[in-house]
Amino acid sequence: MKFGVLVFPGSNCDRDVAYVTRDILKQPTRMVWHEETDISDLDVVVIPGGFSYGDYLRCGAIARFSPVMQATVEHANKGKLVLGICNGFQVLTEAGLLPGALVRNRDLHFVCDRIPLRVERTNLPWTQLYQKGEVITLPIAHGEGNYYADADTLAELEDSDQVLFRYEGENPNGSLNNIAAICNIKGNVLGMMPHPERASDAMLGGTDGLKLFEGLLKVAVAAMV
Amino acid sequence: MVVLKYQARIYVTLRPSVLDPAGTAVQSGLKHMGYENVEQVRIGKYVELTLTAESLDAATKQLDVICDQLLANVVIENYRFELAEVSAPAEAKV
Repeated sequence: MKFGVLVFPGSNCDRDVAYVTRDILKQPTRMVWHEETDISDLDVVVIPGGFSYGDYLRCGAIARFSPVMQATVEHANKGKLVLGICNGFQVLTEAGLLPGALVRNRDLHFVCDRIPLRVERTNLPWTQLYQKGEVITLPIAHGEGNYYADADTLAELEDSDQVLFRYEGENPNGSLNNIAAICNIKGNVLGMMPHPERASDAMLGGTDGLKLFEGLLKVAVAAMV
Repeated sequence: MVVLKYQARIYVTLRPSVLDPAGTAVQSGLKHMGYENVEQVRIGKYVELTLTAESLDAATKQLDVICDQLLANVVIENYRFELAEVSAPAEAKV
């Protein structure tokens, strides 16, 4: 299973993701510069956290128009996997691959913490190794993670079971319905504010994020059989 | 072909349904200044740009796309703009 990690000017979690996919999971992984246009060799595109283009104008707004994002939209439209973490989630909403938007945290603070999340759905590659209803702990670090969508969009998300992770207990940023992660209707595009890549090595204090990446490998094995 | 130059002033504001914690923080600052009578603060963005186009109509159409696609995120923001021809026309490029 080949991973590609997009790198924009200002991305800063790109190497953390590559460490998980390449060093821990031993999967071929390449860094993909934002000016690249051919990503047809990739199975999974990961849009990492950080501050793409300095977060100028709005988080993710300018990244959306980069050449690599045009290619990523095509990749997603083919039904292939796209994961956006933190700033990557913001990029996915700006690009229209996911509905809604991420706005400034309710209390204005940049929150950097480890928080409990409830796993809401497990019949997708992303979450298949978790138990439904299980509460896991992942790090968050963002200033604009407050998920917003209009009432109709929110109802659609809930009706079609597109919320994969929800904040359990205290909501750190004011997101509607305690949303921490959503997927598109097909389920092949996932956006999440928490950082699974920062919780994949026991040395860093937790491994609750590793199953998300391992679940993807199971898809590859299933496809080969 | 005559190419005209236009100045655009673009106002991007949060939709009323979106909370504006930054505006609320500024309001509380104003309270500390003694302005108890300030009832609401909403913070938006103001963008100036100049562009060339064949006509006001063409410039308006282009600017509308620019605002809709990039300058504003219409999921959370509204926009409006004013366009005015700049007095000295830009040199026509052949």
